[in-house]
Amino acid sequence: MQAQANIIAQWHDVCHVDDLVTNSGVCALIGDVQVAIFSVQLDGEENLYAISNWDPIGEANVMSRGIVGTLTDKIVVASPLYKEHYDLATGTCLERDDISVNTYPVRVEHERVLIEL
Amino acid sequence: MGFFLPLKKVDEMNISSRQQRIVIIGNGMVGHHFVEQLINSEHNCHITVLSGESRLAYDRVYLSSYFSGKTAADLALTDEQTYQDWGVNAVTNAWVTDIDREKQVVTTKSGETYEYDTLVLATGSYPFVPPIPGNDQEHCLVYRTIEDLEAISASAAQSKVGVVVGGGLLGLEAANALKQAGLDTHVVEFAPQLMAVQLDPMGGELLKDKIEALGVQVHTQKATECIEAGETCRYRMKFSDGTHLETDLVLFSAGIRPSDQLAREFGLVIGERGGIVIDNQCKTSDKNVYAIGECALWDKKIYGLVAPGYAMARAAVADIIGNEGEFAGFDMSTKLKLMGVEVGSIGDAHGRTPGALSYTYHNQPEGVYKKLVVDANKSLVLGAVLIGDTSDYDTLLQYALNSIALPDSPESLILPSSGEKPLLGADALGDTATICSCHNVSKGDIVGAIDGGCCSVGDVKSTTKAATGCGGCAALLKNVVDSELEKRGVEVSKAICEHFDYSRQELYHLIQVGKIQSFDELLEKHGKGLGCDICKPAAGSIFASVWNDYILAKQHQPLQDTNDTYLGNMQKDGTYSIVPRVAGGEITPDKLILLGDVAKRYNLYTKITGGQRIDLFGARVDQLPAIWEELVAGGFETGHAYAKALRTVKSCVGSTWCRYGVQDSVGQAIDLENRYKGLRAPHKIKFAVSGCTRECAEAQGKDIGVIATENGWNLYVCGNGGMKPRHADLFATDLDDATLVKYIDRVLMFYTKTADRLQRTSVWMENLEGGLEYLKSVVIDDSLGICDELEAQMQHIADTYQCEWKTTVESPEALKRFRQFVNSDESDSNIQFVTEREQIRPATKAEKFSAGKAIPVELV
Ligand code: SRM
Ligand SMILES: Cc1cc2nc3c(=O)[nH]c(=O)nc-3n(C[C@H](O)[C@H](O)[C@H](O)COP(=O)(O)OP(=O)(O)OC[C@H]3O[C@@H](n4cnc5c(N)ncnc54)[C@H](O)[C@@H]3O)c2cc1C
Ligand code: SF4
Ligand code: FES
Repeated sequence: MQAQANIIAQWHDVCHVDDLVTNSGVCALIGDVQVAIFSVQLDGEENLYAISNWDPIGEANVMSRGIVGTLTDKIVVASPLYKEHYDLATGTCLERDDISVNTYPVRVEHERVLIEL
Repeated sequence: MGFFLPLKKVDEMNISSRQQRIVIIGNGMVGHHFVEQLINSEHNCHITVLSGESRLAYDRVYLSSYFSGKTAADLALTDEQTYQDWGVNAVTNAWVTDIDREKQVVTTKSGETYEYDTLVLATGSYPFVPPIPGNDQEHCLVYRTIEDLEAISASAAQSKVGVVVGGGLLGLEAANALKQAGLDTHVVEFAPQLMAVQLDPMGGELLKDKIEALGVQVHTQKATECIEAGETCRYRMKFSDGTHLETDLVLFSAGIRPSDQLAREFGLVIGERGGIVIDNQCKTSDKNVYAIGECALWDKKIYGLVAPGYAMARAAVADIIGNEGEFAGFDMSTKLKLMGVEVGSIGDAHGRTPGALSYTYHNQPEGVYKKLVVDANKSLVLGAVLIGDTSDYDTLLQYALNSIALPDSPESLILPSSGEKPLLGADALGDTATICSCHNVSKGDIVGAIDGGCCSVGDVKSTTKAATGCGGCAALLKNVVDSELEKRGVEVSKAICEHFDYSRQELYHLIQVGKIQSFDELLEKHGKGLGCDICKPAAGSIFASVWNDYILAKQHQPLQDTNDTYLGNMQKDGTYSIVPRVAGGEITPDKLILLGDVAKRYNLYTKITGGQRIDLFGARVDQLPAIWEELVAGGFETGHAYAKALRTVKSCVGSTWCRYGVQDSVGQAIDLENRYKGLRAPHKIKFAVSGCTRECAEAQGKDIGVIATENGWNLYVCGNGGMKPRHADLFATDLDDATLVKYIDRVLMFYTKTADRLQRTSVWMENLEGGLEYLKSVVIDDSLGICDELEAQMQHIADTYQCEWKTTVESPEALKRFRQFVNSDESDSNIQFVTEREQIRPATKAEKFSAGKAIPVELV
């Protein structure tokens, strides 16, 4: 969950777009890092977000199993353990300003989902 | 303990700087109110409370609710801790036997002495037992204290017939209690009518008809001569007119007598017919002694209600702390519901004021009688009698209490709303109008509380205490609060979250009526944004209640909480628990073996739950399908432990094995569990079925409780364990199987339709306007005309039931969700176990880092 410092970031092919679930999450394993990937469809537009799967408050790898939604103008996931909301774009926790999770660049190429890590 | 050292020197030296010692004898409702008021006044004094009972003050007004499941703790008005925090020395079992007015000392039965500067007698009253030979036998009881009720319960359990002597307010309440206890109940009254104090003969007659229609037999104009051994029952009551009545239990409720023995013995002035004489400051003939509540006699009157007692307590406190304020008599109007019959009496109900005129309205077919008594000028309301319909009570009372001028045709106030009825809305009341007489709260006080920041009825209640006494003013309070809030432009938002401007009930309606099948459609038609973790699961639950599709169908899946998505309860480490259904708690040895076998092979922690089934913990998300495939093959179904749905129907062993059982409670529990399994609701629902009144299944703590009787089943509703336990209310008695199911169908579907999200049935009931009576009218009398629909809806749920685990293990598409990683077969390395008491448990953080100790996760 933590060691990844001096690895040079590179794009990893993790899955097919069909493996994603619209407005919900899945989890990919890259090295020993668990990444939660969300595909969010809002106003006809589909966007992908990738954050760490580790819930820093509940201390378990569960983020991909949270409910996705909007709170005012932010797209968020609610941790399934204690229901704190995390901004998918920035990784900040809306309830606790001392807490945030890692976010990762994500894109689709030839129907494959790529994560930079 | 706690008395002042009588050192002369100190006494003489500095009397005024010394704390005033105030001793209160009696800790009934009024005595307690006195203490509360005194504490609030922040007067510098030392307070000692001597309670003759074994407990501190409790709510006598709601005493009867003890029979519908309230406990002594529910009724308590205070506790030792609160008194301690207030610095009050409260002593229970402290019956005072002696007052030395010279030395200013009181002595209790056990010999303890307490010195006082000021003494307050709040000794209340005791039930009058007419001097009838045989009145002192076993099973001849009274109705005043919690101990009395315990005795009545015990006696009722060994009785079939019960007689209440006395047809007044309390007598009828007592009769209701006996009826609820299942006794064949009679009321014997000496006077020619019921409630002779409050009602005129016509009203008394109508009340009698209504009460007899409910199965309680009323015998008026009967003077009991003696109680002797009976032939068919335990006793026979012989009446002076030669007739007799056989009964097993006699409950005296023939009036109260002031507890004035102490005052009498120690030389205070007593009224001719008893009662400690007091002045407007509630002082007795001894300037250091006050008397308040039901023991006090003011202007030759004893007041047998709490509100005047509270007013006396306030007057006494005012006098003690040197404020103005006096007791100036009190209104004795009452509104109540006796066995479902609405009865109201205001002021001069008998029209005894010289020159009084009256209007009456009598609707025999519907059993409604109203009488309005006005003064000779037809300008003021003097009194009223209302039977069968008390909807005009609040308005009439306000006219009477605040001397509001009558409209030109006063009769319009009691006539059914044929034309424009001059309704006395909250706005018509002046600021000084009393809203709550128990706590002396005026409309001005309520407005003040709202200006001070209160923004709901609940807030106003806790700030002003309005509507926390007899409760009679609750409806009026709500009117005032609503109207004041509205004036301030406050619109109480019922919106479920920022995505929908609707309450859960409104969403339910929109989905059902608009035949909406998916969240996207709902959002498009009625909402905005993407939804959130509040509205999504709520909508998911409503879709399930209305349409009952497969819960993981593609359009519903993203709506579900993780527990519903993975059909298991997520544990702290991200693993899941597995709780197969064990209907009624009945399980075969083979199934037990299968559970044990599966648990052993997958290395799961195993525990018996509080709901009579078996929970297997520690399954990783990717293990769930394989485990469930084996369980489904072995005949298990999902237990919905993860869902806001029917959980368990707990049972006791019942008549099949138990020597006391009167019905097959296990069979009934299994049938009920199988009918309602899969019903998704605003919150979880639990049932229990007990085979007899011993109640080993604890049914009265459940949302739906069923208790066997000789003749069928008693149904209880809206109980709760958990954070705020609530005893279930008795809803209907002696039901046959079909009626039982019919009522449960209706209650649960009505709950599912109308409750708020995550609102258990208990909280729903407490917020339901009209409460239990209203629910009964909807479910039993079909007052809303929706029962057919409710039943059809429930039948649809039962007919479309599917075990969602069975559907899931058979669907390759659904199974794709049960992967830890989309790109790897590895499992979550953070999930690690250690062994404790021969089973696994999640490793602690420290244990995870001290390698070697943790059990490596193996794929099965
Ligand atoms: C397993 C069990 C404890 C046990 O080991 O015995 C249990 C475990 C949980 N209970 Fe419970 N409750 C269990 C019986 C009870 C009971 C007793 C009963 O049902 O007879 C109660 C009190 C009775 C009642 O509900 O009225 C009970 C009152 C609660 C409450 C408080 C509800 C309330 O209205 O106040 C919660 C919290 C909630 O639901 O919001 C809760 C919530 C939970 C949750 C779901 C908490 C959570 O979100 O993780 C626990 C996880 C269950 C799991 O992982 O499987 N559990 N829980 C029991 C499962 C019974 C079953 O077979 O389904
Ligand atoms: C079943 C029932 C229903 C009622 N319903 C209503 C209603 O709907 N509305 C309404 O307004 N009123 C109602 N009442 C009446 C109401 O309860 C009383 O008016 C109120 O309780 C009077 O309070 P109190 O403090 O004066 O007396 P109590 O509550 O009787 O308290 C007096 C206390 O003093 C104690 N005591 C007596 N002598 C001594 C002694 N020598 N030493 C120590 N302690 C002593 C007694 O044990 C008792 O605990 C009802 C009463 C009953 C029984
Ligand atoms: S409730 Fe009755 S039938 Fe059931 S076990 Fe207890 S005593 Fe026996
Ligand atoms: S009038 Fe009794 S509570 Fe308000």
